[in-house]
Amino acid sequence: MPAVELDVYLFVAAVLFVCGAVCMATKRNAIGVLMGVELVLNGANLNFVAFARYTALGLDGQVIALFVIVLAAAEAAVALAIALSFYNNHLTIDVDRGNELHG
Amino acid sequence: MEIVKSALEPLFSLIHAGSVWAFVLATIGAAVAVVLSQNVVRMAFWLIIALGSTAGLFFALDADFLGAAQLLVYVGGTLVLLVFGVMLTASGPFMQMKTSPGEGVLAGFIGFSLLGLLATSVCTVAWDPHGAVAPIAAAGYNPAEEGNTTRALGMSLLGLRPDKDLGQENARPGTGYLLPFEVASVHLLVVLVGAAYLARAKRRQAPPAL
Repeated sequence: MPAVELDVYLFVAAVLFVCGAVCMATKRNAIGVLMGVELVLNGANLNFVAFARYTALGLDGQVIALFVIVLAAAEAAVALAIALSFYNNHLTIDVDRGNELHG
Repeated sequence: MEIVKSALEPLFSLIHAGSVWAFVLATIGAAVAVVLSQNVVRMAFWLIIALGSTAGLFFALDADFLGAAQLLVYVGGTLVLLVFGVMLTASGPFMQMKTSPGEGVLAGFIGFSLLGLLATSVCTVAWDPHGAVAPIAAAGYNPAEEGNTTRALGMSLLGLRPDKDLGQENARPGTGYLLPFEVASVHLLVVLVGAAYLARAKRRQAPPAL
Protein backbone atom coordinates (compact mmCIF):
# COMPACT_ATOMS: atom_id res chain seq x y z
CA MET A 1 0.00 0.00 0.00
CA PRO A 2 1.63 3.29 -1.05
CA ALA A 3 2.20 5.89 1.60
CA VAL A 4 0.09 9.04 1.49
CA GLU A 5 2.26 11.86 0.15
CA LEU A 6 1.89 15.61 -0.20
CA ASP A 7 0.09 15.35 -3.55
CA VAL A 8 -2.70 13.25 -2.04
CA TYR A 9 -3.28 15.76 0.75
CA LEU A 10 -3.34 18.63 -1.74
CA PHE A 11 -5.85 16.74 -3.87
CA VAL A 12 -8.09 16.13 -0.85
CA ALA A 13 -7.88 19.82 -0.01
CA ALA A 14 -8.81 20.68 -3.60
CA VAL A 15 -11.85 18.41 -3.38
CA LEU A 16 -12.89 20.05 -0.10
CA PHE A 17 -12.49 23.51 -1.64
CA VAL A 18 -14.50 22.69 -4.77
CA CYS A 19 -17.26 20.99 -2.76
CA GLY A 20 -17.48 24.01 -0.48
CA ALA A 21 -17.58 26.44 -3.38
CA VAL A 22 -20.32 24.48 -5.17
CA CYS A 23 -22.19 24.18 -1.87
CA MET A 24 -22.02 27.95 -1.36
CA ALA A 25 -23.22 28.61 -4.89
CA THR A 26 -26.10 26.15 -5.14
CA LYS A 27 -27.67 25.80 -1.69
CA ARG A 28 -30.68 27.99 -1.08
CA ASN A 29 -30.67 27.36 2.67
CA ALA A 30 -28.50 29.94 4.44
CA ILE A 31 -27.25 27.28 6.88
CA GLY A 32 -26.15 25.21 3.87
CA VAL A 33 -24.18 28.17 2.56
CA LEU A 34 -22.47 28.36 5.97
CA MET A 35 -21.55 24.69 5.73
CA GLY A 36 -19.96 25.37 2.36
CA VAL A 37 -17.84 28.10 3.95
CA GLU A 38 -16.69 25.64 6.61
CA LEU A 39 -15.67 23.15 3.91
CA VAL A 40 -13.64 25.79 2.07
CA LEU A 41 -11.84 26.85 5.26
CA ASN A 42 -11.06 23.22 6.04
CA GLY A 43 -9.55 22.72 2.61
CA ALA A 44 -7.27 25.71 3.16
CA ASN A 45 -6.35 24.37 6.60
CA LEU A 46 -5.45 20.98 5.19
CA ASN A 47 -3.16 22.69 2.68
CA PHE A 48 -1.42 24.65 5.45
CA VAL A 49 -0.85 21.59 7.63
CA ALA A 50 0.33 19.45 4.71
CA PHE A 51 2.86 22.10 3.69
CA ALA A 52 3.93 22.44 7.33
CA ARG A 53 4.70 18.73 7.39
CA TYR A 54 6.35 18.25 4.01
CA THR A 55 8.15 21.52 3.24
CA ALA A 56 10.27 24.08 5.04
CA LEU A 57 7.18 25.97 6.22
CA GLY A 58 7.42 24.16 9.55
CA LEU A 59 5.46 25.21 12.57
CA ASP A 60 4.21 28.44 10.95
CA GLY A 61 1.70 26.49 8.92
CA GLN A 62 0.20 24.92 12.02
CA VAL A 63 -0.05 28.29 13.78
CA ILE A 64 -1.82 29.79 10.77
CA ALA A 65 -4.20 26.81 10.68
CA LEU A 66 -4.94 27.39 14.36
CA PHE A 67 -5.84 31.03 13.65
CA VAL A 68 -8.04 29.89 10.76
CA ILE A 69 -9.94 27.57 13.11
CA VAL A 70 -10.49 30.40 15.60
CA LEU A 71 -11.64 32.85 12.93
CA ALA A 72 -13.91 30.21 11.38
CA ALA A 73 -15.61 29.71 14.74
CA ALA A 74 -16.14 33.47 15.08
CA GLU A 75 -17.43 33.68 11.51
CA ALA A 76 -19.89 30.85 12.13
CA ALA A 77 -21.24 32.60 15.25
CA VAL A 78 -21.81 35.91 13.45
CA ALA A 79 -23.24 34.31 10.31
CA LEU A 80 -25.62 32.22 12.37
CA ALA A 81 -26.79 35.33 14.23
CA ILE A 82 -27.39 37.02 10.86
CA ALA A 83 -29.29 33.94 9.66
CA LEU A 84 -31.50 34.02 12.77
CA SER A 85 -32.16 37.73 12.26
CA PHE A 86 -32.99 37.04 8.60
CA TYR A 87 -35.39 34.31 9.70
CA ASN A 88 -37.04 36.66 12.19
CA ASN A 89 -37.65 39.22 9.46
CA HIS A 90 -38.60 36.98 6.53
CA LEU A 91 -40.01 33.89 8.30
CA THR A 92 -37.91 31.75 5.98
CA ILE A 93 -34.25 30.85 5.60
CA ASP A 94 -34.28 30.81 1.79
CA VAL A 95 -31.55 33.19 0.65
CA ASP A 96 -33.42 33.85 -2.61
CA ARG A 97 -36.01 35.76 -0.59
CA GLY A 98 -33.52 38.33 0.57
CA ASN A 99 -33.99 40.53 -2.48
CA GLU A 100 -34.99 43.87 -0.99
CA LEU A 101 -32.07 45.57 -2.71
CA HIS A 102 -33.12 44.19 -6.09
CA GLY A 103 -33.20 47.12 -8.49
CA MET B 1 9.38 -8.12 23.73
CA GLU B 2 11.66 -6.26 21.36
CA ILE B 3 11.53 -9.18 18.94
CA VAL B 4 7.76 -9.14 18.94
CA LYS B 5 7.74 -5.39 18.42
CA SER B 6 10.13 -5.58 15.50
CA ALA B 7 8.17 -8.47 14.01
CA LEU B 8 4.94 -6.51 14.21
CA GLU B 9 6.50 -3.38 12.68
CA PRO B 10 5.32 -4.05 9.08
CA LEU B 11 1.82 -4.77 10.35
CA PHE B 12 1.75 -1.46 12.23
CA SER B 13 2.93 0.51 9.20
CA LEU B 14 0.32 -1.26 7.06
CA ILE B 15 -2.42 -0.36 9.54
CA HIS B 16 -1.18 3.25 9.62
CA ALA B 17 -1.17 3.61 5.84
CA GLY B 18 -4.56 1.95 5.59
CA SER B 19 -6.13 4.22 8.18
CA VAL B 20 -4.73 7.30 6.45
CA TRP B 21 -6.20 6.16 3.14
CA ALA B 22 -9.50 5.49 4.91
CA PHE B 23 -9.48 9.06 6.26
CA VAL B 24 -8.69 10.38 2.77
CA LEU B 25 -11.60 8.48 1.23
CA ALA B 26 -13.96 9.44 4.08
CA THR B 27 -13.10 13.12 3.70
CA ILE B 28 -13.69 13.11 -0.05
CA GLY B 29 -16.88 11.07 0.16
CA ALA B 30 -18.40 13.10 2.97
CA ALA B 31 -17.57 16.41 1.25
CA VAL B 32 -19.30 15.21 -1.93
CA ALA B 33 -22.25 13.99 0.15
CA VAL B 34 -22.59 17.44 1.75
CA VAL B 35 -23.03 18.93 -1.72
CA LEU B 36 -25.39 16.23 -2.99
CA SER B 37 -27.75 15.86 -0.03
CA GLN B 38 -30.81 18.08 -0.04
CA ASN B 39 -31.91 17.79 3.59
CA VAL B 40 -30.00 20.26 5.75
CA VAL B 41 -29.83 17.90 8.75
CA ARG B 42 -28.17 15.24 6.59
CA MET B 43 -25.80 17.92 5.34
CA ALA B 44 -24.85 18.62 8.95
CA PHE B 45 -24.23 14.89 9.54
CA TRP B 46 -21.98 14.55 6.48
CA LEU B 47 -20.19 17.74 7.49
CA ILE B 48 -19.42 16.14 10.86
CA ILE B 49 -17.93 13.13 9.03
CA ALA B 50 -15.90 15.37 6.71
CA LEU B 51 -14.49 17.56 9.49
CA GLY B 52 -13.77 14.59 11.76
CA SER B 53 -11.82 12.74 9.09
CA THR B 54 -9.97 15.97 8.31
CA ALA B 55 -8.93 15.91 11.97
CA GLY B 56 -7.71 12.35 11.36
CA LEU B 57 -5.62 13.64 8.47
CA PHE B 58 -4.19 16.30 10.80
CA PHE B 59 -3.14 13.56 13.20
CA ALA B 60 -1.52 11.72 10.29
CA LEU B 61 0.38 14.92 9.43
CA ASP B 62 2.00 15.08 12.92
CA ALA B 63 -0.23 17.98 13.94
CA ASP B 64 -1.73 16.40 17.02
CA PHE B 65 -2.74 19.58 18.85
CA LEU B 66 -4.35 20.91 15.70
CA GLY B 67 -6.29 17.70 15.20
CA ALA B 68 -7.56 17.85 18.77
CA ALA B 69 -8.48 21.53 18.34
CA GLN B 70 -10.30 20.66 15.14
CA LEU B 71 -12.33 18.00 16.94
CA LEU B 72 -13.08 20.26 19.91
CA VAL B 73 -13.83 23.52 18.12
CA TYR B 74 -15.35 22.36 14.83
CA VAL B 75 -17.04 19.08 15.60
CA GLY B 76 -17.85 19.94 19.19
CA GLY B 77 -18.64 23.62 18.84
CA THR B 78 -19.34 24.91 15.37
CA LEU B 79 -21.38 21.92 14.25
CA VAL B 80 -23.53 22.08 17.38
CA LEU B 81 -24.06 25.77 16.64
CA LEU B 82 -25.09 24.92 13.06
CA VAL B 83 -27.49 22.22 14.23
CA PHE B 84 -29.06 24.71 16.65
CA GLY B 85 -29.42 27.09 13.72
CA VAL B 86 -31.14 24.38 11.71
CA MET B 87 -33.54 23.71 14.58
CA LEU B 88 -34.30 27.39 15.17
CA THR B 89 -34.99 28.11 11.52
CA ALA B 90 -36.85 24.98 10.51
CA SER B 91 -40.16 26.05 9.02
CA GLY B 92 -41.66 22.61 8.46
CA PRO B 93 -41.05 18.91 8.91
CA PHE B 94 -40.11 18.43 5.24
CA MET B 95 -38.02 21.52 4.74
CA GLN B 96 -36.31 21.07 1.40
CA MET B 97 -35.30 23.87 -0.87
CA LYS B 98 -34.30 22.30 -4.13
CA THR B 99 -32.11 23.97 -6.67
CA SER B 100 -33.37 23.86 -10.21
CA PRO B 101 -31.83 21.14 -12.45
CA GLY B 102 -30.29 23.70 -14.79
CA GLU B 103 -28.44 25.34 -11.92
CA GLY B 104 -27.30 21.92 -10.68
CA VAL B 105 -25.88 21.00 -14.09
CA LEU B 106 -24.14 24.35 -14.40
CA ALA B 107 -22.68 24.08 -10.88
CA GLY B 108 -21.49 20.54 -11.56
CA PHE B 109 -19.82 21.63 -14.79
CA ILE B 110 -18.07 24.58 -13.13
CA GLY B 111 -17.11 22.46 -10.12
CA PHE B 112 -15.59 19.70 -12.24
CA SER B 113 -13.63 22.17 -14.34
CA LEU B 114 -12.33 23.91 -11.20
CA LEU B 115 -11.39 20.54 -9.71
CA GLY B 116 -9.62 19.55 -12.91
CA LEU B 117 -7.66 22.80 -12.91
CA LEU B 118 -6.64 22.36 -9.26
CA ALA B 119 -5.79 18.66 -9.67
CA THR B 120 -3.60 19.25 -12.71
CA SER B 121 -1.75 22.05 -10.95
CA VAL B 122 -1.28 19.82 -7.87
CA CYS B 123 0.16 17.07 -10.05
CA THR B 124 2.35 19.20 -12.30
CA VAL B 125 3.92 21.69 -9.91
CA ALA B 126 7.12 20.51 -8.22
CA TRP B 127 6.39 21.63 -4.68
CA ASP B 128 9.96 21.25 -3.53
CA PRO B 129 12.44 23.22 -5.63
CA HIS B 130 15.17 20.71 -4.87
CA GLY B 131 13.32 17.78 -6.34
CA ALA B 132 12.12 15.07 -4.03
CA VAL B 133 9.65 16.09 -1.38
CA ALA B 134 10.99 14.67 1.86
CA PRO B 135 9.41 15.15 5.27
CA ILE B 136 11.47 17.40 7.49
CA ALA B 137 11.84 16.54 11.13
CA ALA B 138 10.85 19.17 13.65
CA ALA B 139 14.11 20.67 14.78
CA GLY B 140 15.67 20.75 18.19
CA TYR B 141 13.28 21.63 20.90
CA ASN B 142 10.42 19.42 19.89
CA PRO B 143 11.46 16.19 18.17
CA ALA B 144 8.90 14.53 15.97
CA GLU B 145 9.32 11.24 17.80
CA GLU B 146 7.55 12.74 20.79
CA GLY B 147 4.57 13.45 18.59
CA ASN B 148 3.98 16.63 20.52
CA THR B 149 3.53 20.04 18.97
CA THR B 150 1.68 21.56 21.91
CA ARG B 151 4.71 23.11 23.60
CA ALA B 152 6.04 24.60 20.38
CA LEU B 153 2.65 26.01 19.42
CA GLY B 154 2.12 27.56 22.85
CA MET B 155 5.55 29.18 22.89
CA SER B 156 5.06 30.57 19.39
CA LEU B 157 1.78 32.13 20.52
CA LEU B 158 3.79 33.77 23.30
CA GLY B 159 6.21 35.20 20.76
CA LEU B 160 9.02 32.68 21.27
CA ARG B 161 10.29 30.39 18.57
CA PRO B 162 12.67 27.82 20.06
CA ASP B 163 12.12 25.53 17.09
CA LYS B 164 13.69 28.17 14.84
CA ASP B 165 16.20 29.67 17.27
CA LEU B 166 17.81 26.64 18.90
CA GLY B 167 20.71 25.14 17.03
CA GLN B 168 20.66 27.71 14.24
CA GLU B 169 23.64 29.81 13.22
CA ASN B 170 21.76 32.86 12.00
CA ALA B 171 21.41 35.65 14.51
CA ARG B 172 17.92 36.73 13.54
CA PRO B 173 15.34 35.32 15.94
CA GLY B 174 12.32 33.56 14.56
CA THR B 175 9.00 35.31 14.21
CA GLY B 176 6.49 34.82 17.00
CA TYR B 177 2.75 35.23 16.99
CA LEU B 178 2.03 37.28 20.11
CA LEU B 179 0.36 40.21 18.33
CA PRO B 180 -1.90 38.04 16.11
CA PHE B 181 -2.85 36.07 19.22
CA GLU B 182 -3.95 39.25 21.03
CA VAL B 183 -5.79 40.53 17.96
CA ALA B 184 -7.60 37.21 17.66
CA SER B 185 -8.57 37.37 21.34
CA VAL B 186 -10.11 40.84 21.03
CA HIS B 187 -11.69 39.83 17.75
CA LEU B 188 -13.37 36.83 19.40
CA LEU B 189 -14.71 39.00 22.22
CA VAL B 190 -16.13 41.61 19.83
CA VAL B 191 -17.58 38.94 17.56
CA LEU B 192 -19.34 37.13 20.40
CA VAL B 193 -20.81 40.36 21.78
CA GLY B 194 -21.97 41.30 18.28
CA ALA B 195 -23.47 37.86 17.66
CA ALA B 196 -25.34 37.97 20.95
CA TYR B 197 -26.64 41.43 20.03
CA LEU B 198 -27.76 40.32 16.57
CA ALA B 199 -29.44 37.12 17.69
CA ARG B 200 -31.16 38.46 20.79
CA ALA B 201 -34.86 37.81 21.19
CA LYS B 202 -36.62 40.86 19.90
CA ARG B 203 -39.74 41.93 21.70
CA ARG B 204 -42.42 42.57 19.17
CA GLN B 205 -43.85 46.00 19.81
CA ALA B 206 -47.57 46.19 20.05
CA PRO B 207 -49.06 48.72 17.65
CA PRO B 208 -49.91 51.94 19.43
CA ALA B 209 -53.47 52.19 20.55
CA LEU B 210 -55.51 54.74 18.72
